[in-house]
Amino acid sequence: MASSSSSHLPQSVFNPRRHVGVHAERVSDVSSTEFPGHYPGEDHSWNLAKFKQNLKVSVKRLSQRSVEFDLVGVDAAIANAFRRILIAEVPTIAIEDVFVFNNTSVIHDEILAQRIGLIPLNVDPRLFDFRPPGGIPMDRNTLVFKLNVTCERAKKGSSSPYINEYVKSGDLVWEPQGEQATVFASRPPAATNPDIVLAKLRPGQVIEMELHAIKGVGKEHAKWSPVATATYRLHPLVLLNPSKPVPPEHAQKFAKCFSPGVVEVSAAGEVSINERYLRTETMSREALRHKEFEGCVELKRIRDWFIFQVESEGPYTPESLLPESIKVMRGKIASIRAAAEALLEDSQHLGGGVGPDADGDVNMGGQ
Amino acid sequence: MAVYGEEEDWGRVAQTHWRGLGLTDPIKSVEDKWLLLPAFLKVKGLVKQHIDSFNYFVDVDIKNILKANNKVTSDVDPRFWLKYTDIVVGFPDRTDADAIDKSVTPHECRLRDTTYSAPILVTIQYTRGKTVVRRANVNIGRLPIMLRSNKCVLTGRNEAQLARMTECPLDPGGYFIVKGTEKVILVQEQLSKNRIIVEIDPTKGVVQASCTSSTHGGLKSKTYVATKKGKIYLRHNSIHEDVPIAIALKALGIQSDKEILLLTAGNHEAYKSAFSPNLEEAAKLGVFTRHQALEWIGSRVKVNRRVVGPRRPSWEEALEALATIVLAHVPVHGLDFRPKAVFVATMTRRVLMAMDDEKMVDDRDYVGNKRLELAGQLLALLFEDLFKTFNANLKAAIDKVLKKPSRTSEFDAFNTMQFQGDHITAGFVRAISTGNWSLKRFKMDRAGVTHVLSRLSFISALGMMTRISSQFEKTRKVSGPRALQPSQWGMLCPSDTPEGEACGLVKNLALMTHITTDVEEEPIIRIAFMLGVEDISLATGAEIYGPHTFVVNVNGSIIGLTRYPARFVSNFRRLRRAGRFSEFVSVYINHHHRTVLIASDGGRICRPMIIVENGRPKVTSEHIAQLKQGQLTFDDFLRKGLVEYLDVNEENDSYIALYEKDIVPGTTHLEIEPFTLLGAVAGLIPYPHHNQSPRNTYQCAMGKQAIGAIGYNQLNRIDTLLYLSVYPQQPMVKTKTIELIGYDRLPAGQNATVAVMSYSGYDIEDALILNKASLDRGYGRCQVLRKNATLIRKYPNGTFDRLADAPLDENGQVQKKYDIVQTDGLAGVGERVDPGDVYINKQTPTNANDNSFTGQAATVPYKNTPMTYKSPVAGQIDKVMVTDTENDQTLIKVLIRQTRRPELGDKFSSRHGQKGVCGLIVNQEDMPFNDQGIVPDTIMNPHGFPSRMTVGKMIELLAGKAGVLAGKLQYGTAFGGSKVEDMSRILVENGFSYAGKDMLTSGITGEPLEAYVYFGPIYYQKLKHMVMDKMHARARGPRATLTRQPTEGRSREGGLRLGEMERDCLIGYGATQLLLERLMISSDQFQVDACEECGLLGYNGWCPYCKSSKKMAQLTIPYAAKLLFQELMAMNVVPRLVLDDA
Repeated sequence: MASSSSSHLPQSVFNPRRHVGVHAERVSDVSSTEFPGHYPGEDHSWNLAKFKQNLKVSVKRLSQRSVEFDLVGVDAAIANAFRRILIAEVPTIAIEDVFVFNNTSVIHDEILAQRIGLIPLNVDPRLFDFRPPGGIPMDRNTLVFKLNVTCERAKKGSSSPYINEYVKSGDLVWEPQGEQATVFASRPPAATNPDIVLAKLRPGQVIEMELHAIKGVGKEHAKWSPVATATYRLHPLVLLNPSKPVPPEHAQKFAKCFSPGVVEVSAAGEVSINERYLRTETMSREALRHKEFEGCVELKRIRDWFIFQVESEGPYTPESLLPESIKVMRGKIASIRAAAEALLEDSQHLGGGVGPDADGDVNMGGQ
Repeated sequence: MAVYGEEEDWGRVAQTHWRGLGLTDPIKSVEDKWLLLPAFLKVKGLVKQHIDSFNYFVDVDIKNILKANNKVTSDVDPRFWLKYTDIVVGFPDRTDADAIDKSVTPHECRLRDTTYSAPILVTIQYTRGKTVVRRANVNIGRLPIMLRSNKCVLTGRNEAQLARMTECPLDPGGYFIVKGTEKVILVQEQLSKNRIIVEIDPTKGVVQASCTSSTHGGLKSKTYVATKKGKIYLRHNSIHEDVPIAIALKALGIQSDKEILLLTAGNHEAYKSAFSPNLEEAAKLGVFTRHQALEWIGSRVKVNRRVVGPRRPSWEEALEALATIVLAHVPVHGLDFRPKAVFVATMTRRVLMAMDDEKMVDDRDYVGNKRLELAGQLLALLFEDLFKTFNANLKAAIDKVLKKPSRTSEFDAFNTMQFQGDHITAGFVRAISTGNWSLKRFKMDRAGVTHVLSRLSFISALGMMTRISSQFEKTRKVSGPRALQPSQWGMLCPSDTPEGEACGLVKNLALMTHITTDVEEEPIIRIAFMLGVEDISLATGAEIYGPHTFVVNVNGSIIGLTRYPARFVSNFRRLRRAGRFSEFVSVYINHHHRTVLIASDGGRICRPMIIVENGRPKVTSEHIAQLKQGQLTFDDFLRKGLVEYLDVNEENDSYIALYEKDIVPGTTHLEIEPFTLLGAVAGLIPYPHHNQSPRNTYQCAMGKQAIGAIGYNQLNRIDTLLYLSVYPQQPMVKTKTIELIGYDRLPAGQNATVAVMSYSGYDIEDALILNKASLDRGYGRCQVLRKNATLIRKYPNGTFDRLADAPLDENGQVQKKYDIVQTDGLAGVGERVDPGDVYINKQTPTNANDNSFTGQAATVPYKNTPMTYKSPVAGQIDKVMVTDTENDQTLIKVLIRQTRRPELGDKFSSRHGQKGVCGLIVNQEDMPFNDQGIVPDTIMNPHGFPSRMTVGKMIELLAGKAGVLAGKLQYGTAFGGSKVEDMSRILVENGFSYAGKDMLTSGITGEPLEAYVYFGPIYYQKLKHMVMDKMHARARGPRATLTRQPTEGRSREGGLRLGEMERDCLIGYGATQLLLERLMISSDQFQVDACEECGLLGYNGWCPYCKSSKKMAQLTIPYAAKLLFQELMAMNVVPRLVLDDA
């Protein structure tokens, strides 16, 4: 399919091999075909120089809580690995143990504890150790908070009839333990958002509890996930068929089938794609639904162009999340590498050479 | 919609022309006429039928019963009399003797296991010596009070007042609280009384007309007029033999054969010839005169008279039987048998008609032939019975006192009355709490009349209040009574019925139905006469069956004739609409039988409808506007004659338009809203009109099992078992019914984001995949609260139970299992209870049942009888309550709570009868996600759709998704609701595919999925069936004492049975050793010593029969076999074992 000549996008984007086809009722070509041996006469073995040339990471939008960046030139497996690690394996601090001394509110202890557990804390997890199961709480692995709230009737004339009607995440009081007072002097631990309602109280009701926060990862419990969501989508591409232009009388309708700004209609009713807005296209496939546009347009997505959208919950700044996930991934690679090397070493010791044994099984781990 | 603009415009133009209206004609539709429905429910409430019936009983019927039994006399002193002049049911109060504040709330009764009842107060007049004394407010007993009835303290209270009484404003009421349990008297369905039902038995060719008579005395008897070998007979239980119809009519005073023929067959030739053999029959039997007829019947009447007196002549017996027992509901005044004769003649004529044309039979299943019996009627019967016994006891007591020759003071009957005990109170409590209505006096013996109100969910409680149970036997395999009857339309819910044996027999009321209570018939009859009806007793047969005459019936009795039935009926209706008599009196014409039928009896089902006159509905937009502003109520609509109630029979005589556009010149009424044909439970289903019908029925059953909110007072309740949802949500796709019944305020479910796709293979057979992160965040989390109660009793010998603090072990430490028991002997609130922990440390005297004990109660030895926590999963102490019951025993209730997150095997269901268990819990990162990064909470397998055809569920998803995007709730009301086209438009406007299908990316590979996935929110209910309550396994465990075999059932930690069929398989396969192991070694293996000589069992190597130990052998047999040998020996059968080495 032809491409527009004055393109903001790199020409390689129009390479059909990079396209995932978005059709009316199905998606085609979801997997990359550029692997060794697929195309005769082409060398697709992995090449660092080529990878470096193709790889592009660029931040498109950065706010206090979220980041949108493009990751171009990697396989879906790599992009997905980052997404998965962001959700499940980048450690954070969350409240795990709740010691209830008194709770006369309507909300039950264990439900309140669950709610408290889900509060995102602003603590940098890199300053903490993991506490092993059954381990002793220490200043290096446990943060202590107090939650003591009593509701009372307010004096007449005040805005609300009650004092402490709502127990909010801002009511958590940090109690420094050991060296914590100095380590966290610059940024005292607290909830990222002080306005999360934990419970509602009425006069006479008391909540009195001690909370212990520890380090953990998202696959253990969602409260340790550092992101509200980490996701990606593939860069959209709308290709107009030059041999069958959109009928001018339906041009406006055609434009409405796409996200605002994606399709431009000239005064003469000629239709063109504004590539600046192309990444905002939601791929509603509305254009494929109408008979009059049949054959006029093709919808594609670029298979190795990942538009990442990451929303941080607080402990990490949004821009530091990807590096953190790379750190976790490198850690994993390191352990696999160590295991593989140990395996190699073992087989050399035995002298039997690397390879399967009589059953055809490769012995891992060296026992 | 712009896309379809052209096509639609053309369609609209075509449509207006087709309707025969110009384009400029004003549209005069009544907007929002459904608002009448909330107005109706505001006046009547959701369970109006129960409450109305109870109110009628306490306000009207109880007075009638008193009037019928108002005098107590003495056999000893003829000058003595006692008369009841008035009866009043008071308001519920406290019975505790030393109470200062007498007021009581229903919730206190629930907690304290007491009865929510009010005193029955009578005013009496009686003779004391020579003076007549009047006493008012004499308490004769207590009546359990229906919640939200006239006499209930909750009636007319606002939300804040109800909150102060810890009562839920959404609770419908209509039930009783007896001994702390909430009891409902279910509505009973019966065949209507006092009406003629004609049936044909096609196998025997018998035509019979039957009539069950019921008078206010409660006596019931059934009279038949049936054919036998082509001749017609009258049959009744109190007459031994079938009475030839001519003899019966002669006995009733129609002596001439000509008159008999005119009254039965009229001038119809076919009828005449069919009837003539009957006249011959009488002649053949030699019966010509009335006296002869009476003699003939009299010699065949069953006489059950205990009073020994001179035997009365048989004609007198016959006269009495005919006057009082046969067709008892037709009045006989001063030996004027004419009305009864006409009634019998009418029955005969109906038989003749059915003989001539077999289409002229009645349908037993027709809803118009049914009457519903409610709490009020049942209580009235019970009260009459109890009151009669009370009076009999009172009379006996008075006689006993009066019999004494001399008294110190003048006899005062009031004192005797005070010592009458609590016969009435106990009678009510017993009947309601057991459900046994056994009233010998009225030949009534029914069990299972009351049920415990199911508080599983708000819907289950509500569903129970609208339930109707049929008297019909459940075991019989007849389809007729179970089938959906066309006349159920709008009255009974077509979807809400259980599956299985009670299918179609247990029904539910539709949303707008009302059940009538009795209306006095005398004024109605007077009005009928004033409107020109001629008295029946002045008419002859020729007139009755004249070509233009219609017979007028009131409640089944024939009162007169009219020659202008249409005019009469319309005049009658006009008077009703003007409010000259009760709106619940129905009138209609039956053209087949040439009758005008007026009904004012109780138990008819009816519903309101908008009146249409001259092709225009009488309710206009102005009325609705006034209704919106609160200037009009539903009763005003009734009073103004804009709306009226129609019962099933009158409905059949009307021409009702479903929508305003359907009104044609003949239309008489307009439906208020079509979705009211569903009941409260079926009303929860969004888009039910798009579903396959059985799916809606399944949802009706499952909606009652959904875990959600029970009531605003749910955390104050201490129920045996309470399931609560932690985060219930109102559905994204609501219905109008949901808002009307308050399900949006007490929901039972959550809006789950669902992806309809296959995932992993753990989703086959309706299994669901759940997202672990959703569960972490609280999706599907629920609480189970269980009550554990005990009494701290005082024993007759003066000893009493006590609570003790935790005992110490040798080291002076509190044992682990007592660690939550505090010094008062009760577990602390909020403590965690582990399996095996003691939470009430009760101790009982060792000699509690020793009535000869006379020592000091303080010195008796005690044994521990603690309450231990048995569930395998730890719980929390939620509440501890210590109180006194009505009979001064200390009652302790401990509520233990478990909070559960969904696990593998827990059951979920959408609102479309699509249930499934959780098959796999998947981490969030493994779940598929869409472009926004949205991950589903639940993945549902698409194979659930094609065969179930639950299109409603698909539309719910679409509407829900559109609602989420637009930020508002959508409606899925039956026969209406948000349109799919609009929903699609919202989706497209928000950049989604119109079809609701999203492009997802696999969370595992990171590549896009090759298909689009139907993706959006669906309301999911968590059902009460959870694996935790069901899982069971056993290696070894308890055994039954008698057989030494493993116990049965999960509750007794029983074994898993290898049944007959499994045994057959093993035999067939030949796995003998496995059989031996399963059936003996692992079960009740037992070593016995048997004697090879005599073949009997011995012990310790000794044969007590042979008195020798020489030839003893040891063998292993099942203990059950040993038991069998011993039992046979006890029956003088000798089982001898023949031992041989194989």
